[in-house]
Amino acid sequence: MAKHNISFKLNGQQVNALVESRELLVHVIREQCGQTGTHIGCETSHCGVCTVDLNGESVKSCTVLAVQADGSEVMTVEGLAQNGVLHAVQEAFMQEHGLQCGFCTPGMLIRAYRFLQENPNPTEEEIRWGLSGNLCRCTGYQNIIKAVKVAAEKMQSV
Amino acid sequence: MIPGKFEYHIPTTVDEVVALLGEYGDEAKILAGGHSLLPMMKLRFAEPAHLIDISRIGEIKGIHEQGGTVRIGAMTTENELIASELLQQKCPLIPAVARLIADPQVRNRGTIGGDIAHGDPGNDHPAAMMALDATFVLRGPNGEREVPANGFFLGTYWTDLQQGEIMTEIRVPPFTSGTGYGFNKLKRKTGDFATAASTVVLKLNGNTCADIRITLTNVGPTAFRADEAENILRGQVISEALIEQAAQQVMAVCEPAKDLRGDEEYKTHMAAEMTRRSIRDALARAKG
Repeated sequence: MAKHNISFKLNGQQVNALVESRELLVHVIREQCGQTGTHIGCETSHCGVCTVDLNGESVKSCTVLAVQADGSEVMTVEGLAQNGVLHAVQEAFMQEHGLQCGFCTPGMLIRAYRFLQENPNPTEEEIRWGLSGNLCRCTGYQNIIKAVKVAAEKMQSV
Repeated sequence: MIPGKFEYHIPTTVDEVVALLGEYGDEAKILAGGHSLLPMMKLRFAEPAHLIDISRIGEIKGIHEQGGTVRIGAMTTENELIASELLQQKCPLIPAVARLIADPQVRNRGTIGGDIAHGDPGNDHPAAMMALDATFVLRGPNGEREVPANGFFLGTYWTDLQQGEIMTEIRVPPFTSGTGYGFNKLKRKTGDFATAASTVVLKLNGNTCADIRITLTNVGPTAFRADEAENILRGQVISEALIEQAAQQVMAVCEPAKDLRGDEEYKTHMAAEMTRRSIRDALARAKG
């Protein structure tokens, strides 16, 4: 089986990888690019911990082939902070205790980031709807919802 | 979990897809959004030697109106259906169905054509397509053919799509005045398939039900139409008593499979309740 040379932008940096057809995007991001912020959870597109931004849309990178990302722009949780300064979404999750064990947090952060681009001033119900593809087994979601609301306020006030 | 080995193809035209399907026959599978096929490949329920990715074929994406029908490219994603003002105006049932499929990330990848062509009785678009009396455009080595949604679904993972063919477009007649829809889906959680779902499209002439289609999801080997329940309501002024008769008739034709979502009896009762609600919703919408 032929391998594929792929090239994509990962958090603003051009990266090249040699991949098998069957390799999943999440594995290439973690193992070839060494960016392990994106987690692997259920591997069946339910839990959302592997969520990344692909060409400006949230996708579950356990259910996208790496070869499909050729020529695309990918953003992961590592792309949120700029020059050592946390993104408003990260600040808000810290401030509102939007995590406990932290396993789901990278997916929550990158999904919350994209959701707030799509809907900068959401209601609580819209936040619940927008983050419904991300599971958390610790928090009961209350503080996650609060954190996204606070992040929206922070981003509006900038 | 990763899929087994396969050769990856990324054509940019439908003609190339048809050529690849002709070359590789039953060793080839088409990859649309991938959110049914890739999980099946991880579990080795599907092991195609050739995977044909159709995500870069522009001609089978998008929604427009032409010749009095709404035409939806097979590779249009669920989120594109939800965002479509044209569908909201002309066929609001389709975005209503798409909103209850999976979750935001999956809806960015999952497509209407993939949902229909996969033949999974748990998928939601098949019943909507039958209730809307939609038509599917299929392209194969002998050119294009149009087939009605009613009659397309033959069994679990079995449709009228022949080897060598690809679904390119879905054609839907726009709603006319006096048309209303109801869609009610019981599910345990976000992302789950329906425990039972019912779709109703009806047309009123004054207070009389001029026409009605009632379809069911995940309570049989395929999505199906409840013809005899429709016959109870067609030509009548719909009353609660008639709705109950139709719901009982729906229960008589459900054949759900027992699973973690419930046993046969529970699912059958839920199919009836979803149908009662969908008829009431459709009636209210038809009255405006």
